[in-house]
Amino acid sequence: MVWTALLLSRVQFAFTVSFHIIFPSFTIGLAAWLTVLEACHLVTRKPVYRRLFEFWLKIFGVTFGLGVVSGIVLAFEFGMNWSRLSEATGPIQGPLLTYESFTAFALEASFFGVLIFGRNRVAPVLYLFSTMMVALGTTFSAFWIMVNNSWMQSPVGYAVENGIFIPTDWKAIIFSPVVWVRFPHMLIAAYLTGAFCVAATGAWYRLRGTYAVEGRVMLRMGLFLAALLIPVQLFLGHLNGDYVHDKQPVKFAAIEGRWHDEQPAGEVVIAIPDEARETNDLELKIPYLGSLIASMRLDSKEVGLAGFPKEDRPPVAIPFFAFRVMVGCGLLMMALAWVGSFYLLFGRKPGQQLLLWATFLSFPLPFIATLTGWFTAEVGRQPWSVYGIVRTADAVTPTLTTQAVTVSLIIFAVVYLVIFSFGTLYVYRLLKAGPVEAESVLPVNPKRPLAVSGGGPIAETTQGGGWL
Amino acid sequence: MILFWAALLAVTMSLYVLLDGFDLGVGILFAFADQANRRKMMSAISPVWDGNETWLVITGTVLFGAFPAAYAALLSAFYLPLVLMLCALILRGVAFEFRYKSPGLRWFWDLGFAGGSFVATFVQGMTVGALVEGLPMKDGHYIGGTLGWFSPFAALCGLGLVLGYSLLGASWLVRKCEGPIRKRAYRLLPVLTVGVLVFLGCAFVAALAMHLELMNRWLERPYLLVFPVIGAVSAYGLLKNAEQQNDLAPFRYSALIFMAAFGTLACSFWPFMIPFALTVEQAASPPESLAFMFWGAGLFVMPLTLIYTTAVYRLFRGKVAEMHYE
Repeated sequence: MVWTALLLSRVQFAFTVSFHIIFPSFTIGLAAWLTVLEACHLVTRKPVYRRLFEFWLKIFGVTFGLGVVSGIVLAFEFGMNWSRLSEATGPIQGPLLTYESFTAFALEASFFGVLIFGRNRVAPVLYLFSTMMVALGTTFSAFWIMVNNSWMQSPVGYAVENGIFIPTDWKAIIFSPVVWVRFPHMLIAAYLTGAFCVAATGAWYRLRGTYAVEGRVMLRMGLFLAALLIPVQLFLGHLNGDYVHDKQPVKFAAIEGRWHDEQPAGEVVIAIPDEARETNDLELKIPYLGSLIASMRLDSKEVGLAGFPKEDRPPVAIPFFAFRVMVGCGLLMMALAWVGSFYLLFGRKPGQQLLLWATFLSFPLPFIATLTGWFTAEVGRQPWSVYGIVRTADAVTPTLTTQAVTVSLIIFAVVYLVIFSFGTLYVYRLLKAGPVEAESVLPVNPKRPLAVSGGGPIAETTQGGGWL
Repeated sequence: MILFWAALLAVTMSLYVLLDGFDLGVGILFAFADQANRRKMMSAISPVWDGNETWLVITGTVLFGAFPAAYAALLSAFYLPLVLMLCALILRGVAFEFRYKSPGLRWFWDLGFAGGSFVATFVQGMTVGALVEGLPMKDGHYIGGTLGWFSPFAALCGLGLVLGYSLLGASWLVRKCEGPIRKRAYRLLPVLTVGVLVFLGCAFVAALAMHLELMNRWLERPYLLVFPVIGAVSAYGLLKNAEQQNDLAPFRYSALIFMAAFGTLACSFWPFMIPFALTVEQAASPPESLAFMFWGAGLFVMPLTLIYTTAVYRLFRGKVAEMHYE
């Protein structure tokens, strides 16, 4: 493999964008949750909501900051590393990003200041409004990014004149059906990320026998929300598969690990794709299922990678495995959320310790699913930057030297590693410390950490006890 | 439409320079403060720095959307300096949270905060300097290589902006702080004002000497001199008010100095976006893109953004000492 400026630029963009997405996928969900907590507190006046709000706001503060600073880098990298792409598609991608910065960044950044510093300076309703604006800002941000990326996946509403993309139909670009399956998919991924992080924290406190009331609320809200959202997410995932099947058949074939046309097509559950020999090793395949998933019929013909010229195929292994990891994480999360919700609802006791441990350790799952989902989408789009029109090789800045990108990649790697390590450490410390001021008011029996503590207002209203 | 977006870009850019300028400036001055005062200095900017920095992103994306050719050429030309600037902004951005989370490593995040503020400012100034001097360009594309932007003049402009942002920072501090910080900032103000003035004068003369076209333009249109004159008058006003310790005035006057310098720069090079290589018109997006941005972002969202930015500033007005930030 030759380390060209192109390859290094790809590595750098993959690295910086992957690093970035970890934070928004967490903060989008968290911002929405903070809004719910603040609203619950305003309505019910229960202090537990307020304590949880203040607690998660601290964590939001650290992660939001990391998301902001790592996001600024991306707004610049388009021009720095991909100047030919940004010059050609700037008339379309530029305005979309302009809308993002105006509607999202400005909104969330300004009201974030109110959230952190303004509690005593504004009326409660205005404070709730500010929380909502931050949540809205993060959602807008995700929306415009998904419009932009969906256009790169499935370009519509444009004409090319002298190598420059001219937008001809903004409605088609913004209301592209691809946007409207991918944006909800990302949004729910973010909600699930928030839900699992919250539930995992709750489980952690239950295991440690601290913050019983808060832990209970976190577990309930997190797992119930996840249990409701995961089926929706799987369905949206299926719709995403449909658009890939229709618009990006070669990506679809790579994800499926299908080398040759098949009728009816089988579904490769797991295998080791071999690109050189154009075949799979150690393949486990279910007949007919491939046709059923792809076309909702038992006898459809599904295309294989061999039908496309080699220079138009994506690398197979990454989308193939990334997709399976994503689905695997999704199924694990569904099992956990459903079993957990069942325990919560019916107060089942046997095995609850195990379940608490599983919930506690589950927090990486949504992050892994989000990242591998993006790997599938982005690596699967290769060799194109704008699918079918602009090759990634033609998008890179022509004057960029290998040395320059090597230097920048090293700098970014070092800086990101430092801030990520410390950011994680500080979040861990905050989570470990818990909603501190609450400690003294809650009687917790250390010998029966899972028993209901009678201190909090929630405990009085829930029945059954048991797991919670 | 092109004019509208050029004007809007000028507005977002000046807002960025003024707003992030003062918090970067406070970051630079932070290096010279002792521990007791650092916390207060940080509190003077922590509710607003994030919003301020957003104007950089807005400027970047407006450039991308409205003038993609300039966006592509500039960002790829200044590749390494921008990497440095972005990392500097990252380190100083996380310092706001991180320095309170680890007393043992506070020195490290403080270094990142002050150093990051300095480097980001220096790079911004140097970029403007390199543009004034003229980038090696051909057919609207940069051809100068990895380090083609560097020159002594550009480096001098980098230092000049460090002075300039420090001036904004000191003016902000007298407005927001009391006690020893305010006192020290007042002592710094005259020095910084004179320093900035001398730098601007030198840079102006050097630019005229470098480009005959510029010299002609200023000779043909002497009324443009109104900008430098505004700058000089504001500097006088600043010195006067600093003497009388009128807390609110210095920031207004230093902002005026910046606007005057910005106006001088814009008038000198209009209609060029990248001096003598790419005009505003050549760099602009097609009308379909500009109109799409105009009807939503330009007409509606931008004014709204300005309104709530002002509202947030009003919310946090007054002296830091009287408020409870932590």
